[in-house]
Amino acid sequence: MADAVLFEFLHTEMVAELWAHDPDPGPGGQNMNLSVLESVGFRVGQALGERLPREMLAFREELDVLKFLCKDLWLAIFQKQMDSLRTNHQGTYVLQDNSFPLLLPMAAGLQYLEEAPKFLAFTCGLLRGALCTLGIESVVTASVAALPGCKFQVVIQNS
Amino acid sequence: MAVCVAVIAKENYPLYIRSTPTENELKFHYMVHTSLDVVDEKISAMGKALVDQRELYLGLLYPTEDYKVYGYVTNSKVKFVMVVDSSNTALRDNEIRSMFRKLHNSYTDVMCNPFYNPGDRIQSRFVCLGRAFDNMVTSMMIPVC
Repeated sequence: MADAVLFEFLHTEMVAELWAHDPDPGPGGQNMNLSVLESVGFRVGQALGERLPREMLAFREELDVLKFLCKDLWLAIFQKQMDSLRTNHQGTYVLQDNSFPLLLPMAAGLQYLEEAPKFLAFTCGLLRGALCTLGIESVVTASVAALPGCKFQVVIQNS
Repeated sequence: MAVCVAVIAKENYPLYIRSTPTENELKFHYMVHTSLDVVDEKISAMGKALVDQRELYLGLLYPTEDYKVYGYVTNSKVKFVMVVDSSNTALRDNEIRSMFRKLHNSYTDVMCNPFYNPGDRIQSRFVCLGRAFDNMVTSMMIPVC
């Protein structure tokens, strides 16, 4: 169980380091930091998207890929599965996690709601990277209604 | 033992291609290029068939008089193509499958290397970067005789 905590500490430190130099950077700096976190997550997601499905058979459709994200990817990183997956069958998926491990140590309820997006950027990038390796271009955003639950919205880009 | 090994990216350009230097390399490049059509055919055939399971190993793509070409597709649509000498009849399906599995494992390791940008050619110019991959392919291509 020590492995899970190592990643949590690393992630907390990543967020802290980016905001350490300028605690109130204004909207431009804020977006820049969030983009940095998201891109780091993207690269990690690309690598995981290659390594995790290795022993699995080929995915047949988009829904299979999303199910893989909710079950295998989440299990590998956070030792639990995603709590719910909803779709409108037109390219938008909402993944809901009722107790997101990276938000659990922070608070329970509405406290620190403004700080929550910083801790979700990496995971958004992770999802986007894994989808990209598996052949799906997408835009992933996250929203928090009340800690520690959060929703990730995946919108598939059809060219 | 393989005579030529190639890794083709999702967009159908080569990430890595290596053949035994005794032969005309261009011939192998051409064979790999033509085998891509067969790979695409097999993938689309798999998509249309109502089979529950889809395998990653594609099997023998096409035989020529001197060589046999085998294919393998990963979940990220990266294709591995291997050309084997026809005269080497001792090579069984299992061995080809295990060679592809080793190739897949090495490719995954390259992908997880943070100094590797996905989409670049796999070169062993920098010490850590393609060296392990290269060595693994070399071990597969050692001639039997």
